[in-house]
Amino acid sequence: MLTTSRKNPIRLAAVASFAVASTFGMAAQATDITGAGSSFVYPVMSKWSASYAEQTGNRLNYQSVGSGAGIAQIKEGTIDFGASDAPMSAEDLQKFGLGQFPIVVGGIVPVVNIAGVEAGQVKLDGATLADIFLGKITNWNDPKIAALNSGLTLPAGKITVVHRSDGSGTSFNFTNFLSKVSPEWADKVKFGTAVDWPTGVGGKGNEGVSQYVRQIKGSIGYVEYAYAVKNKISWVNLKNAAGNVVEPTAETFAAAAATADWASAKDFNLIMTNAPGDNAWPITATTWMIMYKTPKNAGNSKVAFDFFKNALENGQKAAADLDYVALPPELVSQIEAYWAAEFKN
Amino acid sequence: MSNTDQRGIVATTIDATNPSDMQELHSRRDARHERMFRWLLKGCALLVLAALLGAAGATLWGGRDAFATFGWHFLISDAWDPGNDVYGALVPVYGTLITSFIALLIAVPVSFGIAVYLSEVAPAWLRAPVASAIELLAGIPSIIYGMWGLFIFAPFFADHIKPWLTNNLGNQPDDGKLSWVAEHVPFIGKLFGSDYPFGASILVAGIVLAIMVIPFISSVMREVFQTVPTRLKESAYALGSSTWEVSWDIVLPYTRSAVIGGIFLGLGRALGETMAVTFVLGNAMNLSASLLDPGTSIASTIANQFSEAAGLQKSSLMALAFLLFVVTFIVLLIARLMLRRLASKEGR
Repeated sequence: MLTTSRKNPIRLAAVASFAVASTFGMAAQATDITGAGSSFVYPVMSKWSASYAEQTGNRLNYQSVGSGAGIAQIKEGTIDFGASDAPMSAEDLQKFGLGQFPIVVGGIVPVVNIAGVEAGQVKLDGATLADIFLGKITNWNDPKIAALNSGLTLPAGKITVVHRSDGSGTSFNFTNFLSKVSPEWADKVKFGTAVDWPTGVGGKGNEGVSQYVRQIKGSIGYVEYAYAVKNKISWVNLKNAAGNVVEPTAETFAAAAATADWASAKDFNLIMTNAPGDNAWPITATTWMIMYKTPKNAGNSKVAFDFFKNALENGQKAAADLDYVALPPELVSQIEAYWAAEFKN
Repeated sequence: MSNTDQRGIVATTIDATNPSDMQELHSRRDARHERMFRWLLKGCALLVLAALLGAAGATLWGGRDAFATFGWHFLISDAWDPGNDVYGALVPVYGTLITSFIALLIAVPVSFGIAVYLSEVAPAWLRAPVASAIELLAGIPSIIYGMWGLFIFAPFFADHIKPWLTNNLGNQPDDGKLSWVAEHVPFIGKLFGSDYPFGASILVAGIVLAIMVIPFISSVMREVFQTVPTRLKESAYALGSSTWEVSWDIVLPYTRSAVIGGIFLGLGRALGETMAVTFVLGNAMNLSASLLDPGTSIASTIANQFSEAAGLQKSSLMALAFLLFVVTFIVLLIARLMLRRLASKEGR
């Protein structure tokens, strides 16, 4: 290489300066960690990693490839952490030597397009919502809906169900809630990232569902809270497990995370929907970070834990800006105790 | 450089001053180059074959669990139930075939019109700009067609076209009174009967696909129409033929096989189109006779579900991908057979 570039002083200079630059770069080189999985947390992960890179110089490369792919990649050990909207089972975690913990909370809201109906005006309970998505309640003037909405007369009109066409954590949590409140749903449809929807039309992504709901008069769908706010679609207030009608807000999402029974859930294997709190929003979701208990790359793993600690303790503002809710302090201390007990680092 | 090397080597056995020896040297070298060239070409062609077999084999291998679990039932079952892990390919396969069929039904006549206009009727100054506009259309990424379909065309269709179709042709009109057509023509009522109030549907997907494949088909047609010898056309005109008669009886028969080739090029694109269809097809896993109901296709099902799928669901998606290969292969086979029959009819 040197012999060829001798003829060309410019190239030689370029090579030399590159060599110098790379030695200097080495001296100050930061650790790059890689994570992959859930698209649900992607916006907040990018925001956290940007501010973390500013503070420490360590960069986080998060690939929003879907929970399934995230789990597959962490099992293969090609990334430092995986992120999944559905918790891994205790057996699977044990088999692969993995541990998991929640990182942030988000709310999923039913949204409707009914002429003259504003956000929060319609109230539904879980059983009625399930019957609508089962195709058993097909008109907005159904007596079951009217019984929950005294004082509000809904116009007669066919209900069109809009669901996600792609596999997603949003669908996972939404169908999980329906399974908990409707035995028929639990028996026939079950829950998962994709299910055999009894009725309706599928939109791709939160954007697709938002777009369909805005276009179709008399439709009902479900999206992450941020999309309902951003697209100005009317959300529905829900009756929670305690029997109170609650509005989707940061407080009710946090209440769900705080009142879910984390203490008795091994490896945080608990889906937060239908949480028991008086003020808890019933369709609240989290994403689990999945890591090796004995890391393959100890240096990277250490940085990853530092990143998560930073996110859990100082990331509230960034989360709130994006309509996520930071985990309540009690849960954060449980997670940190879990780290100390389970992970070798 | 290699020339001098070769000369140095062969000069020991062949007298360079002897012209016949020189000739032999040249012919030997030519033969060697010819061989190398042939291998190179063969390699290029085999690469395509290897890629095709590799992709088909990989999808078949990936889908082996699904085929082993469901057997032939996979092909005829309309279930797609990740909750209970039961999968069947009928709905996506039907959606793929019907949307592509609608696309061709619209695209072929329109493309023929465009090509005839550009090669026979249009003034010379208009031909080049319109031809390049068509080629530009072919270069638009499919996601743009999808977004246009979802945000603009589907709402327009739902507000202005669909009500007319359901009321005048469908079996579920708003006022409950069946039209004459729906009552007397079999199947029509079912095809256009729908109580879904929105646009995204099989018919809209077919129309969007048609717009996407028109540039492909019409540019092929235009190119081949220009190859028709002028004396054939002029003779026909001299005998008193109209432009239509020249196009239909002279130009089309002369270029038939290339035109069919162009149509199948468009069909190939329509069968595999993913993003645009995902946006406007409605993504509902139900089998409905109505063209105005939402449906799904093989490619859109894979695009929707693959990232979060695992286990048998993933295997079933791979099996679907293999079926798309098979469907495309069968369609091309039919095209070949059609061409052969046409050729034998003409006695060529």
